[in-house]
Amino acid sequence: MTLDSTNAPLLRVSSVSKAYGDVVALDDVNIEIQQNEFFALLGPSGCGKTTLLRSIAGFEDPDAGAITILGAGSGAGEGEQIDLLSLPPNKRPVNLMFQSYALFPHMNVRKNIAYGLEREGLGKDEIAERVNEVLITTGLTDKADVRPAQLSGGQRQRVALARAIVKRPRLLLLDEPLSALDRKVRAEMQIELKRLQHEVGITFVVVTHDQEEAMSMADRIAVMHEGRVQQIADPVTLYSQPANVFVADFIGTGSLLRGIVANAVLLLRPESVHISADLAGAQLQGEVVETHFFGGSSTTSVRVAEMETLIVASHPGAPKFAVGERVGISWNADDAILLEDQP
Amino acid sequence: MSASTTQSGRGAARRRALTGRAIFAGPGLLYITLFMTIPVLLVLVYSFFQRGRFGGIVWEFTLENYVRAFEPVYLNVLSNSLVIAGTTTVFALVIGYPTAYAITRLPKRWRTVALVLVVLPFWTNFLIRTYAWIVLLNSEGPINSSLVDAGIISAPIGLLYTPGAVIVGLVYAYLPLVILPVYASIERLDRQLIEAASNLGASRVRAFFDVTLPLTLPGVMIGAIFVFVPSLGNFVVPELLGGGKTVMVGNLIRDQFLEARDWPFGAVLALFVISLLVILFAIQAAISRRINGTGKRYAAKQVTHA
Amino acid sequence: MRNLGWLRVPFIFTYAFLYIPIAVLVVMSFNASKSPFVWTGFSTQWYTALFNNELIRQGFINTMIVAVGATILATILGTLLAIGVSRYFRSAIVEAYSLAPAIIPDLVLAIGLLAFFALVGVTLSLFSVLLAHVVFGMAFVAAVVIARIGQTDSSLEEASRDLGAGVVTTFRKITLPSLAPAIIAGALLVFTLSLDEFVIAYFTNGPTTPTLPIVIYSMVRFGVTPEINALAALLLLVSFTIVISAQRITRLTDAV
Repeated sequence: MTLDSTNAPLLRVSSVSKAYGDVVALDDVNIEIQQNEFFALLGPSGCGKTTLLRSIAGFEDPDAGAITILGAGSGAGEGEQIDLLSLPPNKRPVNLMFQSYALFPHMNVRKNIAYGLEREGLGKDEIAERVNEVLITTGLTDKADVRPAQLSGGQRQRVALARAIVKRPRLLLLDEPLSALDRKVRAEMQIELKRLQHEVGITFVVVTHDQEEAMSMADRIAVMHEGRVQQIADPVTLYSQPANVFVADFIGTGSLLRGIVANAVLLLRPESVHISADLAGAQLQGEVVETHFFGGSSTTSVRVAEMETLIVASHPGAPKFAVGERVGISWNADDAILLEDQP
Repeated sequence: MSASTTQSGRGAARRRALTGRAIFAGPGLLYITLFMTIPVLLVLVYSFFQRGRFGGIVWEFTLENYVRAFEPVYLNVLSNSLVIAGTTTVFALVIGYPTAYAITRLPKRWRTVALVLVVLPFWTNFLIRTYAWIVLLNSEGPINSSLVDAGIISAPIGLLYTPGAVIVGLVYAYLPLVILPVYASIERLDRQLIEAASNLGASRVRAFFDVTLPLTLPGVMIGAIFVFVPSLGNFVVPELLGGGKTVMVGNLIRDQFLEARDWPFGAVLALFVISLLVILFAIQAAISRRINGTGKRYAAKQVTHA
Repeated sequence: MRNLGWLRVPFIFTYAFLYIPIAVLVVMSFNASKSPFVWTGFSTQWYTALFNNELIRQGFINTMIVAVGATILATILGTLLAIGVSRYFRSAIVEAYSLAPAIIPDLVLAIGLLAFFALVGVTLSLFSVLLAHVVFGMAFVAAVVIARIGQTDSSLEEASRDLGAGVVTTFRKITLPSLAPAIIAGALLVFTLSLDEFVIAYFTNGPTTPTLPIVIYSMVRFGVTPEINALAALLLLVSFTIVISAQRITRLTDAV
């Protein structure tokens, strides 16, 4: 296989499988991650995303497959693919930010951050300089001499991040980086993470179960389910062209309709659904069962006879129909997404 | 009106709590005070008075008992005891720590079995466990005879009645008390911290000394205290396995109370053991606070995050 | 075991170290030889000799008197104390004080009690040993019961009170049944502890009523006979049985 070396992926996960007894955690996973990409592994809990992350970091051993990373080759793009699985975790050019942050409670912030550099055997001055630099980047300078126990959740998250990026890894893995934060801090940190990734120029791989988080931060997303990669694409493609029913259901909201097109499922996103009082000209007819008003916009849920799922429509302004009214439902053929029906 | 009702409500709740304390905890706390605290305080009081001719006490204040403890004979016994108890503690930790570590790595159901097997000997008769070593170490015993049979030694060697025998007996007696607290501290340790060290480039040995060992130090200290202090106060093992040649503080205290009938001096020696216990626990608490930062706040936060 | 790596070495060493001496004692108890150390052949004669030894029989009776009495008292006091401490005090200091008798060196407690009994004029006898054994026994019961209370839901009791049951009814119908396994386990532990306890009994006992450990002590001290091997094997069997049943009733390893 010949590959244009300038476009060679930074990380290549090839046919990786892993099972715990009868439980399949990873099933023939193939992913390629490009340099400087912000990549997300998205899926419900138990989908295998954390196992994959831990396999890359070296804390799990896949049963089969290969994981390679592009070496930091000196010549113009002459990096070779290094076999990660043959390296012990402490020798991998990959850093992991743990979900629990895993800060050393007996070391202050500065020592926590310096720990990885000390293991590289760098000189004292260089360590101090790089630690100070990253303390400034993450806004932790005034907390340098404090123990993790005295920090807030958001501050601890930043220490964990600083401790990982100070090593200047080629690849930074983040395990549910925002899950331990409350909602307000989470929104701030989302922007912060994106800014940092841009600033330090490190490839980020984020594991998350939160689709909004993944959609708002990542350049590309791999949606995983039951150990398998369902689709890898950028957020817009995932939303507008889901590869299958699972992705369609997991990403965004929408109504999955069976029985309209033979042997296929029709996906209607709420914004593509038009409801009107015109029953005759509509594709379907139904009865309004629920309306919600969100200030700027509303959703209207309609039950169509002999259809199990409600059809949800969203539109600007206040609800136009009352519960119980009969309405017509229509959509543009271009906006409807046809998916293969899965058992 | 409403203020007075809440106040009387609060008063009733307070009365209920006080009644609960008195009914449930009262008898036990009273019993402990009567049969532990007062007796131990009595030892403290006795240390400042003169000995009676046939045991007991003459109520004349003196500091002589304390001065006497600094006589070379007794200083010698004290330092000898510290050395033996210290050596015992080191051996118990060197054996106990890796064993505790190994137990944490067993599958869950085997962990319980392994722990019960550690505790089991501790709950059996202490004299009998010591006696077992008389049988083992005796010049006609299985160790000597198998060494002779194997041709390693030509004639039985004196294993029994040596300081080594005392140390073996003490390690045997108290090893379970090291393994339990060390096990608990390793079990509580967040494994992700070790993974984090490894991820940051630390080898397994390095991660052990940088993360595992310092964070399990409070448990190690507890284990060390549980071996060190009872070893100092043990008079049975030095007597039965040391043949009376190794005299420890425990023997001295026993002799002052039961043979020499010098209770005040025995009290001074006992206070030495208690003070060591208290000081070591204080050091343990300080270390434990240092390692966890401001422990309580962190714990509270962990809970809210979980 | 397979994934322990080199840790297998200390692991196996520890269990060999803990159990080989015990195993040797048990094997030697079936020895035909007059020497307690040299194996000559199989025999149960020392078990027979044991049952005919008047000193040991008397010691056993004395020990049972103390152990049964101390177990009953310590279990009642320890259970009440555990409830009082966990439900009404919630103070680390009071809890530490309640458990202190289990941690204080036995020799210190022994001489303190000797001095105390002498001062208040209690004649040293089996009764004074019993009083002494209750102190530390109570702390062990309290420790096991407190651990159990920590795992149970206090809202059960509050619900009972809320439904109109009085303090006593709640205690009898809700608290006690939920704590029963821990109380039984605690009682079993006190029983073995008292059965095997030597140092405190040695200091607080009268001269004419030696308990079994005191008998063993003087036997070991002044000339060893193979009968001790037989006695040791029996006592090991008793302790093992009791501790394993206590463990099966409640997870003791959580309390220690």
